[in-house]
Amino acid sequence: MIVATPKPVTELKSLIARHEKVLFVGCGTCVTVCLAGGEREVGIASYAMRMARQIEGKPLDLTQITIERQCENEFIKDLAEPASKTDAIVSFGCGAGVQAIAERFPSKPVYAGLNTQFLGILEEQATWTEKCLGCGDCMLAEFGGICPLTRCAKRMLNGPCGGSKETQCEVAEDRPCAWQLIYTRLKNIDQLDRLDAIVPPKDWRTAWHVGARKIVREEHRV
Amino acid sequence: MSQSSQWEPRIIAFCCNYCAYAAADLAGSKRMQYPVNVRIIHTPCTGKLEMEHILGAFEKGIDGVLVAGCLEGGCHFLEGNLRARKRTDRIRQMLDEIGVGGERLKMVNLSAAEAPTFVRRVNEIVETVRALGPSPLRESAGAQ
Repeated sequence: MIVATPKPVTELKSLIARHEKVLFVGCGTCVTVCLAGGEREVGIASYAMRMARQIEGKPLDLTQITIERQCENEFIKDLAEPASKTDAIVSFGCGAGVQAIAERFPSKPVYAGLNTQFLGILEEQATWTEKCLGCGDCMLAEFGGICPLTRCAKRMLNGPCGGSKETQCEVAEDRPCAWQLIYTRLKNIDQLDRLDAIVPPKDWRTAWHVGARKIVREEHRV
Repeated sequence: MSQSSQWEPRIIAFCCNYCAYAAADLAGSKRMQYPVNVRIIHTPCTGKLEMEHILGAFEKGIDGVLVAGCLEGGCHFLEGNLRARKRTDRIRQMLDEIGVGGERLKMVNLSAAEAPTFVRRVNEIVETVRALGPSPLRESAGAQ
């Protein structure tokens, strides 16, 4: 899922400083699961903003709504009516959600209420780790299901650097060495021979380095 | 008498069922005196307190909030009070950013037998909040 974190109260306050009627929009998908932009988090942010503005003597007329997914027009349609009554929208979705709403309401200021971080997984309660860069050409099969591009700080493709300490990365003590993980995993699944292959430099043309990507799959179009 | 001299802090104490509320009850049974500024809300466990409950109280103009739970390691639900501690720490940070002031929120731990401790903690937060003055939200909202 997409993992995001809330923006600080002070930043949120300055984002909407010039507006009186604001719509806070939560997203019921990834950012709900990562406890950043769901219905509850929008509620908490609303408490904070109403109080901050009350103290400044500029009361805020705040409306809250959480839709199923901000990245799909089908769900954004539900915002048309509440959005028409407000001066600005703060999206508590990921960056895709913010931009989807901005495209849907071209004459309305739309701000991001979260900092979108990465594609990752929930390791344990309230702890998330990055697992995928979205490079567009998955190489996980070659590395026993562990992505060195994402999880090795140096993005090494042909074995570890010399800096790892025991099983940990030299960059951060709490980060496991991706290549230690790859070795252990390949050994466990009896595929250590994969390490004999020389992996050529990554072709980044499938990744965001070429600019925003677009996918069209004709077989599913109507 | 001026309005400022009439002002008395209004404080909510969220007391957990198994320790803090029992301690408050014991304080009453022992006829111990403590300021009338505190209104107690009986909660199943401080871990059941959501951030919204505390933020909602401040939004309505309360001057201070005391969260009183079991001693650390002594929670009836094992770690509800530890979770409450983390949440109150986060809310305190938010209250500072909002401009209300994090000092208005305090969490304390005590056992069911510690009626004198409960009274002392209540006195402390009343004095703290009295020194801070009325909540800026009470003033701006004109709350009574």
